[in-house]
Amino acid sequence: MADHKPKGISRWLFTTNHKDIGTMYLVFSFIMFLVGGAMAMVIRAELFQPGLQFVEPDFFNQMTTMHGLVMVFGAVMPATVGLANWLIPMMIGAPDMALPRMNNWSFWILPAAFGLLLSTLFMEGGAPNFGWTFYAPLSTTYGPESTDFFIFAIHLMGISSIMGAINVIVTVFNMRAPGMTLMKMPMFVWTWLITAFLLVMVMPVLAGAVTMMLTDRNFGTSFFDAAGGGDPVLFQHVFWFFGHPEVYIMILPAFGIASAIIPTFARKKLFGYSSMVYATASIAFLSFIVWAHHMFTVGMPVKGELFFMIATMLIAVPTGVKVFNWIATMWRGSITYETPMLYALAFVILFTIGGFSGVMLALTPVDWQYHDTYFVVAHFHYVLFPGAIFGTMAAVYYWLPKWTGRMYDEKLAKWHFWLSIVFVNLTFFPMHFSGLAGMQRRVPDYAIMFSDFNMMSSIGAFGLGLMQLLFAWILIKVCILEKGEKATDRVWEDAEGLEFTHLPSPAPYHTFDTPPKID
Amino acid sequence: MSLFRKMALFVASFSALLLSGCGDDIKYNMREGVTEISREVYELHMIAIWVCVIIGIITFGVMFYSMFAHRKSKNPNPAKFSHSTVVEIIWTAIPFIILIALAVPAIGLLIKMEDASDSELTVMVKGYQWKWEYKYIDGDDNLANDVRFFSNLDQASRDMSRNAGSGFSGVKIEDENYLLEVDNPLVIPVNKKVRFLVTSDDVIHSFWVPDFSVKKDAIPGFINEVWAKVDEPGTYRGVCAELCGQDHGFMPIVVKVLPQDEYDAWYAEKVAEAEAGPDLNERTMSQLMAEGEAAYNTYCKACHMENGQGSGPFPSLVGTEMVTGEGSLTKHIDTVLNGVPGTAMQAFGNQLTEAEIAAIITYERNAWGNDTGDIVQPQEIHDIKNGGGE
Ligand code: HEC
Ligand code: HEM
Ligand SMILES: [Cu+2]
Ligand SMILES: [Cu+2]
Repeated sequence: MADHKPKGISRWLFTTNHKDIGTMYLVFSFIMFLVGGAMAMVIRAELFQPGLQFVEPDFFNQMTTMHGLVMVFGAVMPATVGLANWLIPMMIGAPDMALPRMNNWSFWILPAAFGLLLSTLFMEGGAPNFGWTFYAPLSTTYGPESTDFFIFAIHLMGISSIMGAINVIVTVFNMRAPGMTLMKMPMFVWTWLITAFLLVMVMPVLAGAVTMMLTDRNFGTSFFDAAGGGDPVLFQHVFWFFGHPEVYIMILPAFGIASAIIPTFARKKLFGYSSMVYATASIAFLSFIVWAHHMFTVGMPVKGELFFMIATMLIAVPTGVKVFNWIATMWRGSITYETPMLYALAFVILFTIGGFSGVMLALTPVDWQYHDTYFVVAHFHYVLFPGAIFGTMAAVYYWLPKWTGRMYDEKLAKWHFWLSIVFVNLTFFPMHFSGLAGMQRRVPDYAIMFSDFNMMSSIGAFGLGLMQLLFAWILIKVCILEKGEKATDRVWEDAEGLEFTHLPSPAPYHTFDTPPKID
Repeated sequence: MSLFRKMALFVASFSALLLSGCGDDIKYNMREGVTEISREVYELHMIAIWVCVIIGIITFGVMFYSMFAHRKSKNPNPAKFSHSTVVEIIWTAIPFIILIALAVPAIGLLIKMEDASDSELTVMVKGYQWKWEYKYIDGDDNLANDVRFFSNLDQASRDMSRNAGSGFSGVKIEDENYLLEVDNPLVIPVNKKVRFLVTSDDVIHSFWVPDFSVKKDAIPGFINEVWAKVDEPGTYRGVCAELCGQDHGFMPIVVKVLPQDEYDAWYAEKVAEAEAGPDLNERTMSQLMAEGEAAYNTYCKACHMENGQGSGPFPSLVGTEMVTGEGSLTKHIDTVLNGVPGTAMQAFGNQLTEAEIAAIITYERNAWGNDTGDIVQPQEIHDIKNGGGE
């Protein structure tokens, strides 16, 4: 069938094509990544040395809050949804997503949501300044006027995510090509399916939390206000019941990506496929019963603390299984180091470092010392930047030739990788030290004993910021200037998966109108 | 091959960089602290680190070996295996055992930390935006001899922070206790089990003294309990650990631990001060203005700014109805004493002395060109507070 599509802007506005929508998600996510990154630059500039140099403390808090929200909801989540859109139909041999119109809608809600969120920066009284965790009563009784806009923005993001997740679930269950049994699906599809279940289960909880905030702020309820019989800690329970599964929502797709890339470049089948599936499922299950490990200092009963400590430590077991499986996949393989592989390996190593600090944080008695310090900041940046973000970058380098039909500039990409590795570690590793030495998070100024580590972090951060511009240039060269060698249909020697074995590069606008045969 | 050279170069330069930051005088690890608990916490922390380091060396060691030995140029024909039940059971079981080994000491220690029974002294710790209040619970009903006071960031740190200049200024702050010094430190005796009852007046704060391994959230409307038995006299510094608004980074905690006799003397002096009652002596305009400026800069500047102009949600006090309007004095005093409920404007009536409030109000009504000429004396404030006003 010939590709026919509307031209110009209406192609993008009205599209129901999974590839177009995937592209829009990815572009949107990259823009948000740059916006959130710019805010991080403000934060790191202020923290370059002790003293207040560039911004007022309140604006600093607005920056940390918006940085967190934009990165989590604007950069990481849409990036993974974009990948899901592009890849899942091709990977399971489906012509498109199951609910294409809803797909269009769930994307177009996002620019509205983030327009609303970012507009708060220009409102009187300033943007939300209570941290991305928006604990009550700082965000309710004491929040700036703009908080209500923030609440609606979160509602919109939630709706978008839920619709995206429903779409993935329906697609995976209904649109697989004949012969594509569940246990034959690529790991990326599996991890996204499980992510989608997490999303439909926890986004409504987040919506509940912000709705309670809204009524507390405007309609005289007191869910989170002790003076009216409510409880500020209730907010934290509700938030983290969403928040901990949320961290897995951000990382599971990256697990799937690593599981696709490592076998290709090791030229060997993924080790322990079924244990990978079960490990992912058990991580997802456990993620629902560990939320209060973010709240060890709120004054829970000892028995509660013990439960959450032990449950949290258990998560390390399936996580370990995944890491060992990746290494076993490499073992006695025939490995080459193209850029996607480099990113996937960096992902495995640096994510594991984040996992180590996670286990340390799980130990309640010691968490009293780590909690709310830069040690926690180091932990979650190791799982998020070299974890989720590097995972996404690995995916982009890996599938870009399939999407565009052109190879990216391998030399520039290698520079991008090696410099990113240096800067990411320079930025985040010293934070372990400043945190252990006693630097609390979310402060615009600090005691002089933390100066050296902060200066290192800032230098690293500026470098890391520049690297993203290099990344943008690499992408522009391929996607807009259309430079680069033509990619073969297989793209990578021995790449597995329907998108490589059954489709040309670039993948045509419509694929698998008739389902492929799967052996 | 160049890959491995690059990697080695990176690892070498990175460790060199980190080590250069780790001179003797720079702290980069958790402190052992000065209580039995804090030392055990430190030990558990070190055990956890070493466990991670060892697992890391083994796992990454195997991985790097494979990256090196199994690259295509050396091993052109990949193996075909893709699972092994035995191996998979082993690497599920081993982490499990290691985690149990870590959990056992953690459980014991946690139970010990949460046991605040048999304490010998109780101090109420209350967080405010952005200061701490300490109140010694003495067990009698006489409020007149209560020892209670507020603890604010010291003025020197405030000035340095603001004066650091803008941009990458090169102005070097050298004070070791920058941002870690207060006007009135908390004082406790050595070798006594001191129980802290932690709560808050407004938003959530967190009372953290790293040397005691004590961190507990201060939650409005709820009281949390935590304790420390310090075995070395000295001065220990901590900070508020939970984001509590703009000056979250500017509300340190300083605890002075004294030998019992010195502590007793200090406490007796504080009780005597409390019993003497407030200083209500009449003051001249210039005295009030001087005292008022100092007190304003300590308690009000964070929100209403040094020039009284306010910023963002914090209103200006220059030439406004509240400050210079006809007959506005009563309302002005009422606002400062009782605050504006549901906003960041606290009730200062029981935080500041009568003299401080009188001076601040006089200052506000005459500084920055407000020039109303109004004078408020401590006695007037005292009368209003005790029902004489209205
Ligand atoms: C934590 C921030 C904060 C601090 C510290 C603070 N204020 Fe306020 N103040 C506010 C806010 C917010 C308002 C506005 C309340 C409202 O919405 O009516 C306010 C209002 C006022 C008003 C009324 C202004 C008007 O025109 O309505 C006066 C007078 C005042 N403050 C005096 C003081 C004095 C005196 C101090 C120091 C003892 C002080 N404030 C400290 C936040 C603060
Ligand atoms: C081995 C697995 C992990 C364990 C045991 C673990 C454990 C923890 C614990 C105990 C905390 C709370 C620390 C504190 O505030 O005192 C925490 C914080 C955090 N973790 Fe993890 N974690 C793991 C993996 C992950 C992953 C995969 C992600 C995301 C991709 C993640 C993201 C975060 C974030 C964002 C926070 C901080 C939230 C905040 O306070 O703002 N973690 N982790
Ligand atoms: Cu968590
Ligand atoms: Cu605070």
